This record gives sequence, C-alpha cells and structure tokens, in this order.
Amino acid sequence: MMRMVNGLIDWVDARLPVVNAYKKHMSEYYAPKNFNFWYYFGVLSMVVLVNQLLTGIWLTMFYSPGQGFESVEYIMRDVQWGWLIRYMHAVGASAFFAVVYIHMFRGLMYGSYKPPRELVWIFGMLIYVALMAEGFLGYVLPWGNMSYWGAQVIISLAGAIPFDILPFIDGKDAKEIGEALTTWVRGDYLLSTATVNKFFALHVVAIPLVLVALVFLHILALHEVGSNNPDGVEIKQNKDENGIPKDGIPFHPYYTVKDLPGVIIFLMIFAVVIFFFPTGGGYLIEKPNFVAANPLKTPDHIAPVWYYGPYYAMLRATTIEWFGMSSKAWGLIAMGGGIVVLFLLPWLDRHPVKSIRYKGWLSKLLLFVFAADFLMLGYLGTQPATGTAKTLAQIGTVYYFLYFFIGLPLAYRFEKSKPVPERVTGGH
Amino acid sequence: MKKLVVVLLVSCLPAFASAAGGHDVELEKAPVNLQDKVSLQNGAKLFVNYCMGCHSLEYLRYGRMGEDLGISDELTLKYLNFTSEKIGDPMKNGMTAENGKDWFGNPPPDLTLAARHRSPDWIYSYLTGFYEDESRPYGYNNEVFPSVGMPHVMAKMQENLSEEEFESNMGDITNFLTYAAEPIAPTRERIGVYVLVFLAILFVPAYLLKKEYWKDVH
Repeated sequence: MMRMVNGLIDWVDARLPVVNAYKKHMSEYYAPKNFNFWYYFGVLSMVVLVNQLLTGIWLTMFYSPGQGFESVEYIMRDVQWGWLIRYMHAVGASAFFAVVYIHMFRGLMYGSYKPPRELVWIFGMLIYVALMAEGFLGYVLPWGNMSYWGAQVIISLAGAIPFDILPFIDGKDAKEIGEALTTWVRGDYLLSTATVNKFFALHVVAIPLVLVALVFLHILALHEVGSNNPDGVEIKQNKDENGIPKDGIPFHPYYTVKDLPGVIIFLMIFAVVIFFFPTGGGYLIEKPNFVAANPLKTPDHIAPVWYYGPYYAMLRATTIEWFGMSSKAWGLIAMGGGIVVLFLLPWLDRHPVKSIRYKGWLSKLLLFVFAADFLMLGYLGTQPATGTAKTLAQIGTVYYFLYFFIGLPLAYRFEKSKPVPERVTGGH
Repeated sequence: MKKLVVVLLVSCLPAFASAAGGHDVELEKAPVNLQDKVSLQNGAKLFVNYCMGCHSLEYLRYGRMGEDLGISDELTLKYLNFTSEKIGDPMKNGMTAENGKDWFGNPPPDLTLAARHRSPDWIYSYLTGFYEDESRPYGYNNEVFPSVGMPHVMAKMQENLSEEEFESNMGDITNFLTYAAEPIAPTRERIGVYVLVFLAILFVPAYLLKKEYWKDVH
C-alpha cells in the first residue's frame, strides 16, 4: 500500500513539482519561532475565506437575483440548513473584516510592510480593497431596504467625482459624465433587478477569482522573503551550517499544530455569534434589512456596516470647498485617500527600527492613538453625523492623515529607540 | 502587549452597547418565551382572528407553523385557516395593496419579519399603546406609532377583559410574531450549544498536540 502511494507521488512529482512545493511552503518553510497572539490572524483570514467560498457556493444554489429578498427568506425557512449557511456567510463577512483589520494592525505594529516585504503588503492591501468591493456587492444582494439605500448612497458617489478639475471639462459636462457613470454602474436609470444581476455576477465570480489569486500571490511573496516577527529581526541573517535560520522552525508541523487550537478558539467565538447573536444587535445584519427594498421609504438613518465605518466617517466629515470642489468631492478624496495612503506605508515609514517593541515612546504613543482613532472613526461612521459626532470625525480624519504623512516619516527623529536584539526573544 | 488587547476590546464596548437604538418612546418589555407553546398557540389564534384579515405572514407556511407550535395539520386547517388554503401554503390574505391603501391610507404591511425589523418590545408596546383620540378617523391613536392608520381592532377585547388579561393576550401575539420572524431560533440555540461543546472537546487534543510538538522548541 505504502509502496503504491509513494509510487504515485513519484509519478506525479516527475511531472509536477509537488514534493518541492510541499517542502518550500510547508515542511521546509522556516518561520520565526517567536510568533505571538497577533500571528494567528493570517491563518484565520484563510479559514474565513474558505468559509465564505463554501457557504457562498451553497447560497448561490438557492438565491435568485430577481427575488433577492424573498429568496433569502426562502433560504432561511425552507432550505435544509439554509439558515445556518446564510448566517455563516453573513456573520462570516464581518468576521473576515475583523480578522483582516487585526492582521493589518499586526503589520503596522511590527513593521511587516518594511523592506523586503513591500510586495507582501501591497498584495495584502489589494486583497483588502477587493474585500471591500466584495462586501459591498454582497450587502446589496439580500435586497432589504438598507441594501437598497446603502447602494443608493455608494453608487451616487460615482456622480460626485470632480471631473471638472480637468482643464478641458466644465461643470455642466462633469455633471453629465457623473450621471452617465452612475447609470452605467447601475445598469439602469434606477437601482433595479438589472443592478442586482450585475452585482451578483461580480460578487460570486469576478471578485472571488481576483481574491483567490491575490491571496495566492500574497503567500507566494511572503514565502519568498520570509515572515517578519514581533522583534522585527531578520532570522535569515543568522543561519546554521545547513543554511537553516537558527531562530526558524518548519512551518509544518510546528505552526500547523500551533494554529489548530487557535483556529478552534476562533471557531468557538464565531459559533457564539452565529448561533446566539446572528444579527449582532443590528450591527451584523441591520434591522432595516428585514423589510424588502423600498424606493419610497428611506430608513431613518442610513448606516454602512461597521467595517466601512472609518472610511464612511471620513467621507461625511468634510465641510471644506477648496479649489471650487464640493465638500462631497473632498469627502470622496478623503475616503479614497485614506485607503491609498495605506498602499504607501512601506515608503512613508522612515523609522530605522521595524518593531514597535524597540521603537521609542513617541512611535508607541502615535500608534496607540491611531488605533483608538480608527476605532472611533469606525464607530462614528455607523452613527448619524451631527454636532459633536461630526467634529470628532473631522478631528479623527485629520489625525489619520497626520499619522501617515508626519508621524510615521518623522517620529524617529524625536525619540530614542531601544537596541534591537540580534536574535529573536522568547520561544513561544 | 496584553494590555493593548484589553484596551482595544474595551474600546469596542460602547459601540455594542448602543447597538441600533434610536427610539424616542420608552418601550415596554415584551414577555417573549418561545418555549411557551400555550402562549404561542394563543398568539397564533388571536393573530389569525384579529390581525390576518389585513396583515399577511407571507414567509410562514401553515404547515410549518402547526409543526412548530404542536398543532396537527387537521386542526391547523380547521381553526387557523380561514381562506381554505393548503397546508403547505404561505399565510397570505385576500386584501390587495390597493384595498389597503384605499381603506387605511397605507397598505397594511406583511408582519412575518416585524419582530426583527422593529423589535418584540416595540410590537408589545404598540399593541398595548392604543388610546382614544377623537381627531383620528377611527377614533384611536397610538403611543409608539403616532397618527397610525390602523384602527384599534382589539378595542372590544380591551373593554371586555381585565387589564392583566388583555396584556397577557397582547404578550401572546407578540410572542407568536417573534416566533414567526425566525422560526428556527430555538433550534439554532440548541444546536449552538452542541457545536460549542464539540469545539471545546476538540480543543483539548489540539492543544495537547501543540504542547507535545513545541516541547523541543527553545
């Protein structure tokens, strides 16, 4: 039996480098031995991605874009285990963003985007952007009233793009281009089944393909340069006589067995939400989405799902009308800029030290305030933008950009860093 | 670093505490108990008698309701179905949207998901919140839904019953609508317990495996 299996592996390996790939990415991929709590969230994103793909395939079997709202209730009530699959998918979307945000914050703390890992970060950011698009498209499909009005707000943004900043386009033409663009995105003169059909195609085929390809590239790039770690020490600089990093351990079995209990803990938290709080108090599935889309009834308060909160808060925070552009256009620039700036992170961070552990007090303080600021913006994004909330969102938006354009590039000049050790500290 | 985790988690709390609130009127707490079959059956009976003439439950089937509430198909068809539908049919009524608009100003909404769209507390407060108001076309107004188009259908019942009995009946209707909004809810929670127990057990060997392997990492 064993001989047959080995024979088969040899046969395949002579035609496809499976043994080599297994070694390169699993049994002989040397990861630093000092990964901590924050390093679970990469594998957790993979777990959630698989969850979304599988539950998504099954939902696709029963969902129909022309009857979005009805077919979701059909899945919830008449399809065997449909309720479970639907909750796993809906809660999974939030879980995806939760683990990805923590995963990104980990990168921010330990400087995982710094050379030589710039491409790993860029691919990660592209995944994040694809995920935002995927989340938005998916949110429209159940065709509840919040799906409808949320889509209305987001699609109307296409009409706020300030084309008139181009010298050869005047205000009237810009308006027409904006209108043509929104009509093109909707595929109709108003949000309709045509829009849902289009979004469905993008949500179940186009974006998932892009996502899976990007995840593949993210991991490929990571395995080329090797993982960073909480100390920000390059383990490849200390190799033994066999060329193996002294502080590295094979990903398999060490990290596979370490990730397993972590994944189980995550699944327990995930299960608590799915089985006991599937709507998350109105944060994961919003109350207005329990009535079908109604173009005549605007919900009292149109709020995005929590994971778009920070950028939605930035969108609404602007009141300036500089250079003859509307405040809505500036909001769009703030929102887009807030995401674009993350792509530039590897080049904005001029600090000679990678990990927050050995950076000085100023860097620590700025990062801490940044994390709090991001959470605050996230919360404000889900609340009505009035009075104090709006002022706070404005302050939060300004800090967000100051952190990237002044804090990260300059902080090292005003602080004394601790010495970075030669080797990683701590075994577990 | 542990401190940072705690701080991050704590700073999330206010966000969840104020989840999707925004009511101006203080709501009464609804006596919801999905295990109470008697209450659910009474709620179903009251609903089909008083409400269903105008309000459908288009995502709930007669058969499913009977099965979940412990009522046989025969009894369901005989006592809870006034439009001689089949047992597998959804609980719709004969009123068209145009009729509804003509009679009440707005077509009466379908109530299958009302308890999830509003909340059980809202429904209970609404049902117990009617008061006399001569300025309204049907002579009644409502505390949680000012200028509501719906007449006080159960005014006679309220007159004939004690306050306690009436509130108990309204509680039963609320309970029934909470059931209708998510018939799977009790099953979901029951299965959830099994899933968590399974994962907790699975955690033990997974953790021991990790410990065993990591013994030699220094």
